[in-house]
Amino acid sequence: MIGIIDYRAGNLTSVARALQKLGQPCRITDDPAVLGEATHLIFPGVGAAGEAMAHLQGKGLDRWIRQWVRQGKPLLGICLGTQVIFDHSEENDTPCLGILKGSVRRFPAGLEKDGLPLKIPHMGWNEVRFKNHPVFAGLPKGAEFYFVHSYYPAPADEGSIIGTVEYGLTFCAAVAQGNLVAVQFHPEKSGNPGLAILANFCRWRGNDAQ
Amino acid sequence: MLSKRIIPCLDVRAGLLTKGIRFENNIDLGDPVEAARHYYEQGADEIVFYDITASSEGRDILIDVVRRVAQEIFIPFSVGGGLRTVEDMRRVILAGAEKISVNSEAVKNPALIEEGAGAFGSQCVVLGMDVKKVEASAKIPSGYEVVIHGGRIFTGMDALRWAREAERLGAGEICLNSIDADGTQDGYEIDLTALISTHVGIPLIASGGAGRPEHLLEVLTRGRADAALIASMVHYRTYTVAEIKDFLSNRGVKVRRAW
Repeated sequence: MIGIIDYRAGNLTSVARALQKLGQPCRITDDPAVLGEATHLIFPGVGAAGEAMAHLQGKGLDRWIRQWVRQGKPLLGICLGTQVIFDHSEENDTPCLGILKGSVRRFPAGLEKDGLPLKIPHMGWNEVRFKNHPVFAGLPKGAEFYFVHSYYPAPADEGSIIGTVEYGLTFCAAVAQGNLVAVQFHPEKSGNPGLAILANFCRWRGNDAQ
Repeated sequence: MLSKRIIPCLDVRAGLLTKGIRFENNIDLGDPVEAARHYYEQGADEIVFYDITASSEGRDILIDVVRRVAQEIFIPFSVGGGLRTVEDMRRVILAGAEKISVNSEAVKNPALIEEGAGAFGSQCVVLGMDVKKVEASAKIPSGYEVVIHGGRIFTGMDALRWAREAERLGAGEICLNSIDADGTQDGYEIDLTALISTHVGIPLIASGGAGRPEHLLEVLTRGRADAALIASMVHYRTYTVAEIKDFLSNRGVKVRRAW
């Protein structure tokens, strides 16, 4: 069973529907006892970092997630779920889970492409350049993924960056460390390439990548 | 770099498409779920449903449609039409829509934008605006006036001012529909689109007038739109989404090609 962490961040059912499409049983819950039965954990979310952290702490899920990662079981972060895995977010100056070293930054004002100002949020489909990793195996060349965000992750360890994307600047779209993989885009809303990532994750044992 | 989005728009009444969509063998396909899946498979980047049902029974049918669509397509889709309260929005979002779109409801009650953005985030709230060209005046300096009820009622609001106000209130995106161009298949209203798009900091979807791939090329380049809504040109099977994307890509517009 795939556990989907419910911390009242946006519409979590879209991840569940994508997993149903893939034939993967899943549960959306904030109950650690139920999540504890999962083989894989997905940490999704849309919303603001401050509220997300408050909900996680209120349910004791902050400590529980750290423990899950220490146990070496696979975890996939998506969008806001990815952002709160880091030390700190500039969004409302929020201290986060600190599972990965680094911070989450707001896109700077005045980003341009070909002399035209770029709009924030970064909303729409963009190509991600991936390094080799089992969760990102077998994607079609030039595959694009759906993004919608105003803040982006900046890992302290550049070696953990496994995918990059360009929007006025080059930033981290995917990060991997041991049993943890986290993406800024929404695989559940990125058509077949996104579903392929979710399917890969569900097959991944979490211990074959460093 | 971000791709320009191509977005088929489906009009739904009481759970059925209002214009029969002719696919293979000229069979009318009235089921919005089937139509959405068809466009998803053709490479649509997003789908818009516009519900023109008034009754509450119709509303329940719409929620069911949204739920079924969400099980079939794994790209963002938005739903608009008659959403008057945050509760209306919540039902649609919980059924599986990524975004909700408000139009005349927001003209009558601008706080709806603020409340929607507060409850679900700006990325969820699209302001749809219908606009008609008028003589520029002190009241309408841009020369484009916001209209409601399919263009029958002039609101006295300047289109550019309303777009900026909606951004301030928390709209995450604007879908700009030219009533003059709508249904003509003669091309989008380029000047209007460029005017609004360059004066707001949020993405702009151009709507109204698409008949040929050239029209999308024009609005996505000279019109500075971030996305283009299409209806008749794909509903009547004159073009597929994939053909439109090939055309744009061959002329240097970045669009999503691998799906």
